[in-house]
Amino acid sequence: MKSKDKIQYEKDAKPLRITGAEALIRSLEYQGVKTIFGYPGGAIMPVYDALYGNKTLNHILVRHEQAAAHAAEGFARASGEVGVCLVTSGPGATNTVTGIADAMIDSTPIVVIAGQVAASTLGMDAFQEVDLVGITQPITKWSYQIRSATDVAWAVARAFYIAGSGRPGPVVLDFAKNAQLDMTDYLPTKVDFVRGYVPEPEMDDDAISEAAQLINNSKHPFVLAGHGIELGNAVEEFKTFIHKADLPTGATLLGLSVLPSDDPLNMGMLGMHGKLVTNVKTNECDVLIAVGMRFDDRVTGKLSAYAPQAKIVHFDIDPAEINKSIHVDVAVVGDCRKTLAAVTALLSQGDHSEWKKSFEPYIKKENDKVVHPELHPSKEFMTMGEVINAVSEATSHKAILVTDVGQNQMLAARYFKYSSPRSILTSGGAGTMGYGLPAAIGATFACPDRTVCLFVGDGGLQMNLQEFGTIMEQRAPVKIILLNNNFLGNVRQWQAMFFNHHYSFTPMMNPEYPAIASAYGIASRRVMKREELAEAIDEMLCTDGPFLLEACVEQEGNVLPMTPPGSPIDQMILEIK
Amino acid sequence: MENKSYTLIVHSENFAGLLNQVTAVFTRFQINIDSLNVSASSIPGLHKYTITACTDEESIEKIARLIEKKVDVISAHYFTDDQIFSYEVALFKLSMSEAHIEPKVLRIISQYGANIVEVNNVFVVIVKTGTSEEITALHEELQKYHVVLQFVRSGRVAVTTSYYEKVNEFLEKRESDYRLTHKS
Repeated sequence: MKSKDKIQYEKDAKPLRITGAEALIRSLEYQGVKTIFGYPGGAIMPVYDALYGNKTLNHILVRHEQAAAHAAEGFARASGEVGVCLVTSGPGATNTVTGIADAMIDSTPIVVIAGQVAASTLGMDAFQEVDLVGITQPITKWSYQIRSATDVAWAVARAFYIAGSGRPGPVVLDFAKNAQLDMTDYLPTKVDFVRGYVPEPEMDDDAISEAAQLINNSKHPFVLAGHGIELGNAVEEFKTFIHKADLPTGATLLGLSVLPSDDPLNMGMLGMHGKLVTNVKTNECDVLIAVGMRFDDRVTGKLSAYAPQAKIVHFDIDPAEINKSIHVDVAVVGDCRKTLAAVTALLSQGDHSEWKKSFEPYIKKENDKVVHPELHPSKEFMTMGEVINAVSEATSHKAILVTDVGQNQMLAARYFKYSSPRSILTSGGAGTMGYGLPAAIGATFACPDRTVCLFVGDGGLQMNLQEFGTIMEQRAPVKIILLNNNFLGNVRQWQAMFFNHHYSFTPMMNPEYPAIASAYGIASRRVMKREELAEAIDEMLCTDGPFLLEACVEQEGNVLPMTPPGSPIDQMILEIK
Repeated sequence: MENKSYTLIVHSENFAGLLNQVTAVFTRFQINIDSLNVSASSIPGLHKYTITACTDEESIEKIARLIEKKVDVISAHYFTDDQIFSYEVALFKLSMSEAHIEPKVLRIISQYGANIVEVNNVFVVIVKTGTSEEITALHEELQKYHVVLQFVRSGRVAVTTSYYEKVNEFLEKRESDYRLTHKS
């Protein structure tokens, strides 16, 4: 299989006679890996034995394999490096599947290494045997079974190359036990060419000039900033691009920290719970310029009513994204760091003051009807928005925001502010409840110098609550802000709006969260009243290490504005009477 | 969009599990594969898949892109029937007693240009190479005389009307691009 790849061996390196398991550890070290999230088990024991006493690799013992995958995702998203997780076969491996699917749809580079039964027993329903390659093929960039120790160095090198290059994504290595135990002649190995895999399609000069021409001639341009800009390390190129031509910009959920929140061209989030102005202007602009985003249905709303008036320019590294859901007029395929720079060079200095002025009434309307009531409520109970806003301010908008999924996620995305890239970690495409706590743990290892704030609901926290154990053991300084409304809030909101208030299994009986935190040695505080909020946030931020701040918020708060599913994206509900 | 017959030609490394990845893309779109042929290609180490399906152009284009996106798939291109030369092979086992009784059967075999490859007292085996329509027509004709004991047809195999296969150009370009980036 490896014969057609271009393989580089370390110069002057002499082959080392070691086991496949030791070759794996050496290969990970050679790839520059410092942190692994994992959980041992029978079929991966030789690797754990090779890891014993290792001083280079920091192995973080999670409490459930799903958390290992999400922690690796959080690590990868915050650091820009490939996240690694190590698990055993069978259930250990299948527990990572949600994280792998999550990483696939959100283009997150992780390598999942799973033990597997010995090759001689494959297909015989051996203990803890599962067809991991078969299960994960549709949700990975590459999934491979290592059956021989001689394949280890190459397979790891190929895995890291594929996971981290082009449009990033997850790779699975299914590591048969005999291959872990057998001896091999190990050489440090790198792969930088797989003939069927084109990580970065070639730039098309015609598309570059067509895009520049459309933008130069546009009277009412509007830009959509996606996660791909951060993944392509093209944040500076993007800022130059929009500022040169004076292009107002909306951001996808995963692209929220591409621009600082105070950038005058940053108009805020797109989509179902995004800003009224970004959605209205999507359907008013004459040229819509999408960069590193994939026109997710939560961004577009009803497809046939999405920007029908606009010429659409789409920058993306993945040719399969072009015309997938929205037909575009110009496709600029390639690495956006290069394509943005090339288009920018052809742009004239723009001034769209008049057009931007037309944004103001919509911003004001949303501020009056939605933002002000959420951040300065007159009601007794705290809103999620005011808690999020207070935490963002207390961290001077410099923290890494990690969210779970649901109302906590949408409101955090709306009200948290960003000052640097790679500052929002959230499960976008998959919407994986339970993502937040382990992803936040991963982020603390990726960026030990930054404050990591997790906003999580009472539903999502319990989906990976066992990770309090990891936090306890590692003293991982996650600032957990639990927005407790005793409901599965987002589903409850939909039940209220679209299912006749039938609260079918959304009210939740909750445990004493501070008592749980205390059992794990995690400092905590419960806040019932807004008068106590500021002081509690101070306490949280001044406490070394992890902290649980339980904010008891109004029970039936809603995330607004909202475009109902299937509606044109600019048809937003601002208030529910 | 109009549904018609498309032929998708895929080249991939000959690794285990790739067929599954290729067909899974069709499954995801709930599009039925009409015929599928996998064999070695003219390029050593590469497998060639010839897949036919009835669908619209937008879907087949998406399918081709998603298949091409698989790491070990080299290329995937779709063609309409006028862009390829395509053939199928069919084997018919006919009952000897029935065929004897009905001389028309022999005439049909000869009319359709089918070859007899085995004759014995019990049955005769004929092979027919041709387009999908010709094979279907021959089958229908023979069925009228109740002589068909067994019938099997291959998937379509096809070559393009263009001079080279696109995959050759692709592989050459990949190699030369790699050499260029590693010289500098």
